[in-house]
Amino acid sequence: MQKQAIFQSKLLPYALVAPQLAIVLIFFYWPALQAVIQSFLLQDAFGLSTTFVWFDNYIELFRDPAYFEAIVRTFFFSFAIAISSLSFALLLAVMADKPLRGSMLYRTLLIWPYAVAPPVVGVLWIFMLHPSLGVVSRYLRAAGVDWNPLLDGNQAAALIILAAAWKQISYNFLFFLAGLQAIPRSVFEAAAIDGARPMRRFWTVTFPLLSPTIFFLLVVNIVYAFFDTFGIIDTMTRGGPGTSTVTLVYKVYSDGLLGGNLGSSAAQSVILMIMVIVLTGIQFRFVERKVTY
Amino acid sequence: MANVTLRNVRKTYTGGFEAIKGVNVDVADGQFCVLVGPSGCGKSTLLRMVAGLETVTGGEIDIGGRVVNQIEPADRDIAMVFQNYALYPHMSVYNNMAYGLRNRGMAEAEIKTRVEEAARVLELSAMLERKPRQLSGGQRQRVAMGRAIVRQPKVFLFDEPLSNLDAKLRISMRVEIRKLQRRLNVTSIYVTHDQLEAMTLADILVVMNGGQVEQVGNPLAIYEKPATTFVASFIGAPPMNLMSTRPDEIKSQLGGSATDAGIVGIRPEDFAITDQTPAGGVALPLTVEAIERVGAETFVYGSRQHEDQRVAATPGELPPGEIIVRIPGTEAPAIGAKIRVAAVRQKLHLFSGDGRTRIEA
Repeated sequence: MQKQAIFQSKLLPYALVAPQLAIVLIFFYWPALQAVIQSFLLQDAFGLSTTFVWFDNYIELFRDPAYFEAIVRTFFFSFAIAISSLSFALLLAVMADKPLRGSMLYRTLLIWPYAVAPPVVGVLWIFMLHPSLGVVSRYLRAAGVDWNPLLDGNQAAALIILAAAWKQISYNFLFFLAGLQAIPRSVFEAAAIDGARPMRRFWTVTFPLLSPTIFFLLVVNIVYAFFDTFGIIDTMTRGGPGTSTVTLVYKVYSDGLLGGNLGSSAAQSVILMIMVIVLTGIQFRFVERKVTY
Repeated sequence: MANVTLRNVRKTYTGGFEAIKGVNVDVADGQFCVLVGPSGCGKSTLLRMVAGLETVTGGEIDIGGRVVNQIEPADRDIAMVFQNYALYPHMSVYNNMAYGLRNRGMAEAEIKTRVEEAARVLELSAMLERKPRQLSGGQRQRVAMGRAIVRQPKVFLFDEPLSNLDAKLRISMRVEIRKLQRRLNVTSIYVTHDQLEAMTLADILVVMNGGQVEQVGNPLAIYEKPATTFVASFIGAPPMNLMSTRPDEIKSQLGGSATDAGIVGIRPEDFAITDQTPAGGVALPLTVEAIERVGAETFVYGSRQHEDQRVAATPGELPPGEIIVRIPGTEAPAIGAKIRVAAVRQKLHLFSGDGRTRIEA
């Protein structure tokens, strides 16, 4: 049964949703439309004339090896961030799910990083791992590691993945903990009596029962790694050294705002938009497949 | 096959709450033991301690001659049926039953034989490929039973397995469980708060209250000779009428031999409406307050005409002075009528004033 509110006036419901609609239209649809239009235009170097070029910006993009590198890099970052963040969060959640003394404190502390804004996360990790300022860097170098993410592209990439994954652990942890608590305790007890050791119990009972949560979080984490890592990348490496930490979303920014190539930047953002739509579609399609207890 | 012995078993939680205060029970091989008591009496905790799901903080739990206090649930050779069945929702019925056997490294052929045999006994053969969510409550209950019997354990543990079923199914499953247990002849411990379930299932009944055992024994023996006023009012429905012996009216009827008793108990069915006063028995004048006609019998709720405090007894407590009488269904006094009921001496239950000790007259 659908609940239906009864309104006296026909206009009132529209008036009530108008503010929200206005926000969505002005801040989402309008810029999206602008991006689509812009992606078909080419500006000359001085911004004096604009020509309609159809799909030239897109064709140009797909011919650009740098763009392909960014795509591959973004996918690599996304999976690395998603997998490391998910597995670590799951480990923490399984541990926090036990009745421990002080578990509330432990849980609260684990949720904190989520409240930290991405650029702050970047700064935080830079302070720890900056080659000359970083506290941890000193120990790394003392341990014989040639640590310099400002020069070494792989180290810079590792740094970004580390910081981005760290921030996302809280979010994943919350969902995993909720997912674990939704499973009746007696199911684990039955498995224990059925002779399943903790590791086997985890892989044959906990993990399959959490699979809807895992799938949901995988999509959310990939979307996060695609877009929300911008702040972290911008504060930590600015895409460098070279282009070794330039992801798709950072490339939109650097090509458009730093490089002044608005047409190409718009085309890139349209492609990103399509990717998000696809990911969200997948999520909606599969999130319905729930496990019942 | 094994006997289960609990020796002075205790459970104290961190924080000092004492859930189990020293329980001694001896369940012989193949016996069906029922733990019964009101909610919060510790019966489920005790069962979970036998299963190994709760730690034992004092005393010993012995299964088949082996103290299992420090042994993992998996190694105690027990199987448990949970109140919510605790089936694995992502596994088929077949896999639910096979899981425990696979964990023990049994060959697939042997697993198949055992699961199919259990499915046949429990009439689940047509449902082996289904998932638990596609089954009805009663079917899920049978899968939970199946998961227990395929293991061929030494002991079955049941934690209120029927309380999620509707009344009709509960009765038929109760009979099924009893038949199955007789046939397999496996020692069983069964927890319930339903005294009727307890009476019908048990070879040996353990009545618990407040973390302690009130009485252990054959169900009928407990019914006939309850050791405390708690047991007297908990076993039997409607509960036994308990009255103080202090009022002169009752004291004079009981005579000198029962002067130690502070409380006298009379079951509703032991009253008869009569004008006679049996020697040494108790006769009471009542005003009929309400009647319940349930067909085969009629329950009369009457108030004592003489001022008196009815002894407080949990559970099933009645307002002070109220007496329940069970009479044949053919009779029904009018509401407001003055009647006189009496019980013979042999049917009286006498208890000490605190209700903790039974006094044999």
